[in-house]
Amino acid sequence: MIQYDRVSKIFGTGSDAVTAVDEVVLDIEQGHLVTLLGPSGCGKTTLLRLTNRLIAMSSGTIKINGQDIMFLDPVKLRQTMGYAIQEIGLFPNKSIYENIAVVPRLLGWEKGRIRERVDELLRMLRLEPKTFRDRYPVELSGGQQQRIGVARCLAADPEILLMDEPFGAIDPINREEIQDEFLGLHERLKKTILFVTHDIHEAIKMGDRIAIFQDGRLIQYDSPGQILTRPANRYIEDFVGTDRALKLLGLLRAEEAMDGSPVNIVEGSTSTGEALRFLEDKDYLNLIVIHQGKPMGYLYSKLLKDKNTEVKNVADPYPVLIRCNDTLRDVMSQMLLHNVHLLPVVDENGDLAGSINYQDIRKYIQGIYADNAERE
Amino acid sequence: MKLIDFILNNSDQCLFLTWEHIRIVAFAVFLATIIAVPLGILITRNEGIAKKVLNAANILMTIPSIALFGLMLPVLALIGHGLGKVPAVIALVLYSQLPIIRNTYVGIKNVPPELVEAGKGVGMSSLTRLKEVEIPLAVPVIIAGLRTAAVMNIGITAIAAYIGAGGLGVFIQQGIARAYDEMVMAGAILVALLAIFVDAGMALIERILTPRGIKIGRKQGR
Repeated sequence: MIQYDRVSKIFGTGSDAVTAVDEVVLDIEQGHLVTLLGPSGCGKTTLLRLTNRLIAMSSGTIKINGQDIMFLDPVKLRQTMGYAIQEIGLFPNKSIYENIAVVPRLLGWEKGRIRERVDELLRMLRLEPKTFRDRYPVELSGGQQQRIGVARCLAADPEILLMDEPFGAIDPINREEIQDEFLGLHERLKKTILFVTHDIHEAIKMGDRIAIFQDGRLIQYDSPGQILTRPANRYIEDFVGTDRALKLLGLLRAEEAMDGSPVNIVEGSTSTGEALRFLEDKDYLNLIVIHQGKPMGYLYSKLLKDKNTEVKNVADPYPVLIRCNDTLRDVMSQMLLHNVHLLPVVDENGDLAGSINYQDIRKYIQGIYADNAERE
Repeated sequence: MKLIDFILNNSDQCLFLTWEHIRIVAFAVFLATIIAVPLGILITRNEGIAKKVLNAANILMTIPSIALFGLMLPVLALIGHGLGKVPAVIALVLYSQLPIIRNTYVGIKNVPPELVEAGKGVGMSSLTRLKEVEIPLAVPVIIAGLRTAAVMNIGITAIAAYIGAGGLGVFIQQGIARAYDEMVMAGAILVALLAIFVDAGMALIERILTPRGIKIGRKQGR
């Protein structure tokens, strides 16, 4: 738990004084990943660097687990927090092993333990220890270096990680990948993480909470969903963009919006005649064919007419199945790609969990915005 | 080839003077290093002092060596060392300050700021950072400074023969006095060879002491 109480930082004096961080009050919950978001010069990086005392604050207090950091030795304090920066800053004179081992060594771990830990971290970040341990930073690609940066930051298993645009220096494709990996890691390790970014997408994707800054002031501190549906003011509205409803789609999961008990279902063993009557009676556009609980395809009247067999023999297979935790953004994308308006949603076993169509998504999003309008 | 005859006929003296030359230079570079490297590191922590120190070293460099010997003579005469090896070594140490201090200072200042930042951020103390990051990265530049100093000192030592310091300058000085061309040539050529040899030797040391990670980077042209 990190508590900021009216923390300010003023650079310079007199008429040259610039207030970089202005009376920030902020509580970071244990185990949360909080993204600090804002344009450059908004004070987010300064706040991060105040936290491990790379710069000294002008006023206010920062407490970590109740302890005022000003009473701690800055060097010791930094050793208890992981630190990663956009420039990565791997030491070029040290091998990968030595780079990751820096903090454990400063903390006086014994050799065997360091060795085990380094290998463990390399494996965790999907880098083969044997191949990478003895290489030097220049021999690695940008993405690999970034991973080593993350490994170094995690090396001594710190409770708190401070990350300043840690994935800022890699290309978009690799960035997506390392973001996903890092999220998975966070899921398992549950560290308290301060994550500085100026990228709204990254902030939404990574953050349990987002803290948005403007001119050194904290404007809004909320969950990504809240930021997208209830931006606190015009500035944030502009910052999250006019496409914030679309961004919301990237945040919501298929299982939240799907129809959990679809009625247009037939068993694969049903006869085509019976299925056709069912379709026409209920005036459905199409039917989901399931076999042993798993969706195997869909039917529409043209497929059923003038046939005399079991429906599983004539059903069109679905071009793609939606998983419960796919984002609505992916669902929409799949619908547009394959030109279908209804897709089955399956759980982790591949069993049918529901179905989702444009209407479901529209209603769900509308519901969220309506909820918020009511509350205001 | 009268020159080769001269060297062969006087091989004992050639060896002796060369060895004397090397001893003077080596001792001076050693002394200069243990003064200038720490000084160069120290001034990286304070810009204001750095400027003053570098200026002072710059001014020292501009004094012609003969003039410096002359200036030191009355002072050192007080302790009975107005002439000979003592003023020579002192002059060499003074001249060596600029290249060594400057290169040490620049080498450490040129460590990329993000590495300093990363070092601080992971919890290295100022001293640890110096030892593990800044000095290793500055080593090639620092050695380059020593190399400049050593080669320069070989030249100045040749002049120091005029104040009785010995070394290969003796051939040059006596050769001129006696209008003995081969002797002057022998002195000059041996000094030149020594300089080339030392330069190559220092280049080798520079290569050996450069951290491996940096060498690989250079090879890849990064």
